Order: sequence, then structure tokens, then C-alpha cells
Amino acid sequence: MLKQILNIDNITMKFGSLVANENVSFTINENEIVSLIGPNGAGKTTLFNCITGYYQPFSGKVTYKDMDITGFTAYKICRLGITRTFQIVQTLKEMTVEENIMTGAFLNTKSRKEAEAITSEIMELTDLTKKKSILGGSLTIVDKKRVEIARSLATKPQILMLDECMAGLNQTEIKDVMNLCLKLKESGLSLLIVEHIMEAIMPISDNIVVLNAGKKIAEGVPSDIVNNDDVIKAYLGDKYHAKSQKS
Amino acid sequence: MVKNKKTLIIIIAVLAALPLIFKSDSFHNIMVLLLIYATLGEAWNIITGFAGQISFGHAAFFGIGAYTSSVLFYRFDISPWVGMVLGGIFAAMVALIISYPTFRLKGSYFAIATLAVAEIIKQLFVSWKFVEGATGISLPIVDDSWLCMEFHTTKLPYIYIALGLFAIVIFVCNYIENSKTGFYLKAIRESHEVAESIGINTTNYKTLAMVISAFISAFAGSLYAQYVLYIDPFMIFTLDISIKIVLLTVLGGIGNIYGPLIGASILIPLSEITRVQLGGTGRGIDLMIFGLLVILVACYQPKGIIGLVNKVAKKFKKEGEGNVEANS
Repeated sequence: MLKQILNIDNITMKFGSLVANENVSFTINENEIVSLIGPNGAGKTTLFNCITGYYQPFSGKVTYKDMDITGFTAYKICRLGITRTFQIVQTLKEMTVEENIMTGAFLNTKSRKEAEAITSEIMELTDLTKKKSILGGSLTIVDKKRVEIARSLATKPQILMLDECMAGLNQTEIKDVMNLCLKLKESGLSLLIVEHIMEAIMPISDNIVVLNAGKKIAEGVPSDIVNNDDVIKAYLGDKYHAKSQKS
Repeated sequence: MVKNKKTLIIIIAVLAALPLIFKSDSFHNIMVLLLIYATLGEAWNIITGFAGQISFGHAAFFGIGAYTSSVLFYRFDISPWVGMVLGGIFAAMVALIISYPTFRLKGSYFAIATLAVAEIIKQLFVSWKFVEGATGISLPIVDDSWLCMEFHTTKLPYIYIALGLFAIVIFVCNYIENSKTGFYLKAIRESHEVAESIGINTTNYKTLAMVISAFISAFAGSLYAQYVLYIDPFMIFTLDISIKIVLLTVLGGIGNIYGPLIGASILIPLSEITRVQLGGTGRGIDLMIFGLLVILVACYQPKGIIGLVNKVAKKFKKEGEGNVEANS
């Protein structure tokens, strides 16, 4: 039996009269990769921000390991074991790659030596050891994204939330990130991934949640999702949906 | 870090030897002021250089330190050494109280708030009878004594007290820079959002930086009061001091522990020499020259003089390596 780790229950988020998320619910189990997909403006990042404490949801409940964490501040949520990355990469520009990751590593230790040990372990895992003394600001986009994932990992999370970490990467780079995700899953983490690149998402996800216009329109294993009428309509529009034209 | 420590010890040893080599009073005077300003610069560096919160109100903490030790000495005959520590504690408490509302502000709004707070504190002291208001306090003159921190025949003790303070402060800054706190403060400077996302309680860390910074500034203030033996709100809480602290750190190298010392060793001799040479007519010339330097630094080397030094050092190192390769 899979053990549930994060439960999102009827989250609604409004900005004035604009409803960005409406009654979205799903769960993440331990050691599972869940993907959140949907067209632009579907409310994926908003939902991310609601879970990680950057926004206060209008209504609904986020439960992490039987604890209600709705409305907790961002740093508290991170300390509990949920760490996120950002859609627009945010490396600490004036700090080197190593220092970037060490800043994350300091969450669980006060000693510099221990932080350095955690950092070198994570740099090995994310292939950054060679670049450790380059400043965050002068990295390429792939490496920036990698540093961001590494920095999040250094906080030793139980759930890692990646916000479009593959956008703008080429095929080989995407493969690297996919492998990294699988490696992390093997090591016992749960992942929540927001992504547009379907070929990357489908093979690694255990469960997919589809949002459109703020509402959850489908949820299931990848093979079900690709055949789901609502999902195809959401992406292609009613007009171009081959099946609906036939009928 | 170990390398840093060696460099720091050498710098302090050189500073300790200088007044014994050059024995003129005016040189000694420059040394005392230079070390006081360098200490203030280090303090400012913690909150602005490391944590990225621009403060234009550090004269407030400097002044609280100066006033605490002076009032205690003047009214109750309490040794300035005790006053110094109490001044530090008061300033830290004031910083704590100010931090709570002001850290809700971001960027330039925070800078404006610090400016306003310093001005408010100045006005309070101007109209406060107990501290002699606008008349200021002339400290009671006693014979040379370490207990009362007053020396009239020689300036050497002042230099060594100032140097001792500066040495402690620069080592503390070096320690902070290489510790968890230093990393967290820099992360806050670079990005608030990221800092929160990796579990940093940004408000607490910014407040901590502010409190440490205020504590150190107050020590420098007490020492300054004991050195000039007269204080009034207009010379202590003046914007002039706040700005000088900012300028010298920016020129020397913001966010770098050597920056304030380099900046102070340019600005203070400059302002003292122009003051001595030109008297009242030359007022402000030092800041004009200094302003020009700061503009040049801002345009060509935002990391300050220390950035320039590092760049040149790197170049030499590279050329050196090139030569080695060519030889082999």
C-alpha cells in the first residue's frame, strides 16, 4: 500500500475576481513522481506557490504527513521537507556554484565542514563538481537550472518540487534531467513536476494531474492521460480535436 | 579562511607599527579617526554588504554609543568602558525595535526609512534635557587614565584602543562571512525568494545582521566621544557621518572585509589634510574629491578598489601560469 505524503484538498486561489485555481485536489505518495501539466495560464505555478507558502490559498487545505501546513511561511515549509525551484531560474549570482549549494546545505547543519561534505556529494550527483568555482551569474542556462536543483536538494527535502526545470534545454540535457529525476526517486524522494515537455514527462511520471483554466480536468497514469478527450481538447482546442469532429 | 587570517594578522601588525614609526601628532590623529571609521565601515558592511539592506542611518547607532558612555561618565562617573558595552547593548536594542517595522520595506524604501529614523533620533536628543539637548556634553577632564579612557599627553593609547576594537571587529566579520550566517545573509542579498525557498527565515537573519551592526557601531561611537571629549547631536547624529560610512565602504569594496579599511585610509587622510591645509574655506573639498572617486568606481569597478586589486592579481597569476607553461 502506498503511503500518502502530501495531500492537496480543494485548493482555491483568487486574485481579485480572477480564479486561478478552483477546488484542485490530488495526493502525492511516498517515492512517487507526480506531474502537473496544462496549457499556459492553467494555474500550475499558482498552485505551486500555494503549496510552498508563497501565496495564501483562498480556501482549501494542504496536508503534509498528517500535518495541516496551509498558510505556513515558505521557509517553514522548506524546513519541514518540501523544497521548490523557480520557473524563472534564480541562481545566487555573486556566489560560486559551490557556495550556492552550500547555502542550501546549511539548513541541516551549522558546521561548515558538514555543509561542504553534503555539497560535494550533491555536486557529484548533479555533475557540477568541475564547475564548482564558477560564479552563479556566469553559468549557462542548463547549469543554472542544475545549480537550482542541486541547491534545493542540499536542503535534504522529502518532496522536491520542480517548476519547468526542462524548458529551454536541448534533447541531451533533458535526458540528463530525466535521469536525475529517476535517480532521486530511487533514493526515496517524492517529486512534483510542472512541465510542458510531454516526451520528458510521460516516461518518468507515476501519476499525472492535468489543469485547465484553474480546474483539474484529469488525473491518472500517463497512458490514460494521452487518450483522455478532455486533455486533448484542452491542448488542441475543440475545433481541432479529431475525435469530436468525427462525431 | 586560514589565508585570510594570516593576511589580517599582517595588516594589524603593520597598523600597530605605523604610529611608532611616524610620530607626528597629526598622523596619530588621522590614525585614530581612520580606525574608528574603518570599524564603522565594517559594521555597515554586515547589514549592507552581506545582507544587502542599504542603511543610510548608521549615525544613529554611532550616536547612541557616544551618548550612552558620555552621559554615564558625565552624570554618574561610570567608566566609559562600562558605558561602551551598555551603549552597544542600547544600540542593539534600538536596532531590534527599528528592524521589526522597517524590514517589511524593501529596496530603496528601507534606505529612506533608515534615513528618517536617524533624523528622528537626532531630534529626540536635541530636545532632551537630561542629555543637555542642543548644548551638548563636554566630558569632564581628568588626568590620563586607562580607567576613564582619557589621555592628554599622547594619542598612542587611543590608537591602540581603536586598533584593538578594529581587530576584534574585522575578525568577527571574517568569521561571520565564512559561517552559516554569512552564507544566509548573502543569499538574502542575492534573492529574497530563493532564501525563503531554502528554509531561511529572512526577517530573523536581517534583524540579526542589523543588531550586530548596531552593536559594533555603538562601540566606535563611545570611543569617538572619549577621543574628542565633546559631543552634541548636530555633530554626532549628522547625515555626514552616515554618508561617509557608506562612501568609504563603497569605494573600498562593498561586501568585502578589507573594503572599509581601504576606503577609510583614503577618505580620512584626505579630509583631515584638506581641513588642516585649507581650514574653513576648504570645507567639502574632501567629499568632492571623494565623490569623484566613487563615481569612477561605480562606473568602472562596482566592487570597489578591492575588486580592482583582485582583477590585477588574477591577471598576474594568469600571466605567471602562462610563463610556467611556456617554460616547461
